[in-house]
Amino acid sequence: MSILEVKDLKKHFPIKSGLLKRTTGWVYAVDGVSFSIDEGETLGLVGESGCGKSTSGRVLLRLLPATAGTVSFDGIDVMAASRTALQRLRRDMQIVFQDPYACLNPRRTVKNIIAEPLRIHDIGTEAERKRRVFELLETVGLTAEHAERYPHEFSGGQRQRIGVARALALNPRLIICDEPVSALDVSIQAQMINLLEDLQKELKLTYLFIAHDLSVVKHISTRVAVMYLGKVVEIADSSVLYIKPQHPYTEALLSAVPIPDPRTERERRRLILEGDVPSPANPPSGCVFHPRCPRMQPDPCTKAMPPLEVLDTAGGDHKVACYFPTRYDAQAPAGA
Amino acid sequence: MTERLLEVTDLSTHFFTHAGVVKAVNGVSFTLDRDETLGIVGESGSGKTVTAMSIMRLIPDPPGRIVGGGIMHKGRDLLAVSSEEMSDIRGNDIAMIFQDPMTSLNPVFKVGDQIAEVIRRHQGKSKRESWKMAVELLATVGIPDPDQRVDQYPFEFSGGMRQRAMIAMAISCNPDILIADEPTTALDVTIQAQIMDVIRDMQRRYHSGVIMITHDLGVVAQMADKVMVMYGGRTLEFGPVDDVYYNPHQPYTWGLLGSLPRLDETEKQRLTPIEGQPPNLLLLPAGCPFSGRCPYELPVCAGEFPTLEMVGGGHGVYCWIPIGEREKIRAGLPRFRHEAAS
Amino acid sequence: MTDTESAASFAEPQLDSPLPVGSENEPVGAQPLGLWADTWRRLRRNKLALVGLGIITVFMAIGLLEIIAWVTGIHGGYLAPYNPDAVNYGIAKAPPSLSHWFGTDYIGRDVFSRTLVASRISLLVGVIAVSISLALGLALGPLSGYYGGAVDSVIMRVADVFFAFPYILFVLLLVVVLGPGFTNVFIAIGLLSWASYARIVRGTVLSVKTQEYIEAAKAAGASDLRIVFGHVLPNSMAPVYVSIAMGIGGAIVTEAALSFLGIGVQPPTASWGNMIADYLNYLQAGQWWMELFPCLALVITVFGFISFGNGLRDATDPKLKE
Repeated sequence: MSILEVKDLKKHFPIKSGLLKRTTGWVYAVDGVSFSIDEGETLGLVGESGCGKSTSGRVLLRLLPATAGTVSFDGIDVMAASRTALQRLRRDMQIVFQDPYACLNPRRTVKNIIAEPLRIHDIGTEAERKRRVFELLETVGLTAEHAERYPHEFSGGQRQRIGVARALALNPRLIICDEPVSALDVSIQAQMINLLEDLQKELKLTYLFIAHDLSVVKHISTRVAVMYLGKVVEIADSSVLYIKPQHPYTEALLSAVPIPDPRTERERRRLILEGDVPSPANPPSGCVFHPRCPRMQPDPCTKAMPPLEVLDTAGGDHKVACYFPTRYDAQAPAGA
Repeated sequence: MTERLLEVTDLSTHFFTHAGVVKAVNGVSFTLDRDETLGIVGESGSGKTVTAMSIMRLIPDPPGRIVGGGIMHKGRDLLAVSSEEMSDIRGNDIAMIFQDPMTSLNPVFKVGDQIAEVIRRHQGKSKRESWKMAVELLATVGIPDPDQRVDQYPFEFSGGMRQRAMIAMAISCNPDILIADEPTTALDVTIQAQIMDVIRDMQRRYHSGVIMITHDLGVVAQMADKVMVMYGGRTLEFGPVDDVYYNPHQPYTWGLLGSLPRLDETEKQRLTPIEGQPPNLLLLPAGCPFSGRCPYELPVCAGEFPTLEMVGGGHGVYCWIPIGEREKIRAGLPRFRHEAAS
Repeated sequence: MTDTESAASFAEPQLDSPLPVGSENEPVGAQPLGLWADTWRRLRRNKLALVGLGIITVFMAIGLLEIIAWVTGIHGGYLAPYNPDAVNYGIAKAPPSLSHWFGTDYIGRDVFSRTLVASRISLLVGVIAVSISLALGLALGPLSGYYGGAVDSVIMRVADVFFAFPYILFVLLLVVVLGPGFTNVFIAIGLLSWASYARIVRGTVLSVKTQEYIEAAKAAGASDLRIVFGHVLPNSMAPVYVSIAMGIGGAIVTEAALSFLGIGVQPPTASWGNMIADYLNYLQAGQWWMELFPCLALVITVFGFISFGNGLRDATDPKLKE
């Protein structure tokens, strides 16, 4: 049951320069992204800097206006929603941020921070809100006595929990997790990942999990979408993607992630990509990956971006945007 | 016979702040030989960066001060040499690569100038010669079109390129020791792989010893010959990388390894995090800094720091739990149950 | 938020360099001393600033008492030994003595009492004028910074007009238009000083508005007004406090200047400014005490505000090495 459908989402930022601030170019941060998320599942959105994953998350929530494309939540068109409709939607779609040191207002108490969404939507009396805050604190593994303290009295991991509590205040159905563990220590990351998984089970949440750490994304996601330079280049079930990646970028990405196992590291075959990630202000023509692609052929790769579609029927709903994807026999999956 | 390049004994660096004394590094010892890569791994507050800065004697004083220990390099104690001598050693014998490539290069000077300056300072070469060497170095670290790039400013370089330029600067005088402090944390993973290759290449070429400081256990597994696990200013475990990863003896190391989601896990396993919060460096216990968080803690742990116990072939651990007990506990842990079976 | 987010502010948030994990030199989990305690500690080391603070405290205490007295009808206030308006030709032009610490003026009024009583004018102008400026500046500045684009341009250009005109002349003009009298002086000064508060707060607003907790408020459905005045402004106040201290000092001087020129506070109401004007002639005759003490009072008070303001600015500057 699809709860979120994103079709051909685009977000272009104008580059202004000169005295008169004329638009001299565009940053194609998000350039035609499509995916859907089923209720209760976790879609991982993964990619390196400049790929547009965080921008996508924000545009989805209308924290930034979209340049083009549609987003529908439970059938409702998010982009076209009126002010009141959008307010209603805000209760269903929430977000957890990356930086635990910047996601909480330093001048407000924890209680105030978590209760604010309730106040904005005029939910409950003061006393009811207080009770709800205590309930939420407990849900995320903190205690009621933390409510009267200020953010600076907490560690990064605890602040992140407070951020999660705030996101849960309105009982959302979908939570966009924008790099929620990247700024945390390794041992704290695991606490947060477990917390998010537990909450998902308990509260029947749906997640869009945006991150650059592939190991974390694989662990927590049901399906994973790989983004490069504003486009989705591959999308598949989490387990399938890591065993049978079809897109050369995905392969390179997987091969580049260091695994905490010395033997495995020594025995791995590594695909090192040449060159740097190009700037989204100046994307290559044709397939956005072609300048770095080991399989590039001038025709068709420089001519047009390949469409994202299912090419390998053995992999179920496994879509890839490539003219020369890796094929896998049904019998013999290729080694990593 | 490999040459011993560095011998750190009982290093302690404290910061004297108005909030109290921060014992950032508290009695840390290790060695580094030629062609060897030591990985120093730890989370925030572990003291790994301060250790590196102490070796380079770049600790800001006040509020920091190296309060004890010795750092032997080629027969000299680096803590006893004058600051002029240290300044000769820095960049020439021991070089450092920093974490953030965006801020570690001076934005108002050309990249070529910055590299050439190091060469001129330590090798006394002429301007033209050092400029030529800078171009060669940029080529060595894999920067395309080095003769054009050398004339550019840092802002014209991408993050990965800047890091390569930093490496070029670091190896320009063929240092014995290369200290890399989180060199790839601020980079994308595909660029990280490139940089790791460059560092490995440079080590092979110049036969340097490399100290790789990171919180990423994957990077250590990839690059290091031996590893030292730090927590709260102390070393808790050290040894050859295979030994520490497959046969760890410290509960903190178990916790760390167990809390990592792995790319190659075939069936999904719930992570086993280390409960609790990172250490408060102002209020460290007198004993093991991991006490208070250790699930297998003994009463003695908080009051007294464990003595060193060698568990075989250069593999040492600091832990009060008797070795038999430890092995039993470890065999029961999910991650090592899988290991024990293989 | 307008669609024309320029690429400069386009945040593929922080991900060009993923955040470094933790921060090594910060004692993780330690209780930082809190925002004000730390400022106070740094302030304590600045002797000049502490002197300034002392002066301000004394000034405000005296001024407050005088204002209360004024309102409740006690002529000289609680502190003045003599009625400041009491004319007594018999003891006129007497130099400082034990009974009249600052001497008497040309019609026998006690200079000390007058100086004391005049402090209420200065305190009032400081508080009222700065309040008016703040009301305007802290409304327009945050809106300007938060919305950017056309709103920002318009507000900042208007502010530029206020900056471009010579301040004293502008105030003069306004007072002439409004008519003399102290309330008009306060209003004039307040209306014409808002621009610097607006600009200063706008600067901090520009960086605060990119913080994630602002996005969180948006995601929760907060209205723009709620975000600007409930979240952004309270976190942008740090440099404003310094401006307030300086601003009060400035307002006091401006009022004194206007009164000196005769278009501010009118005699017989005592204001340091009009006292300075009034007694100027007597300097030549050798009766220096009448002129000296109001001058000193003015200088010391304003100095107090300025040095405290400077100290506060240094104490809140995170980059200043201790």
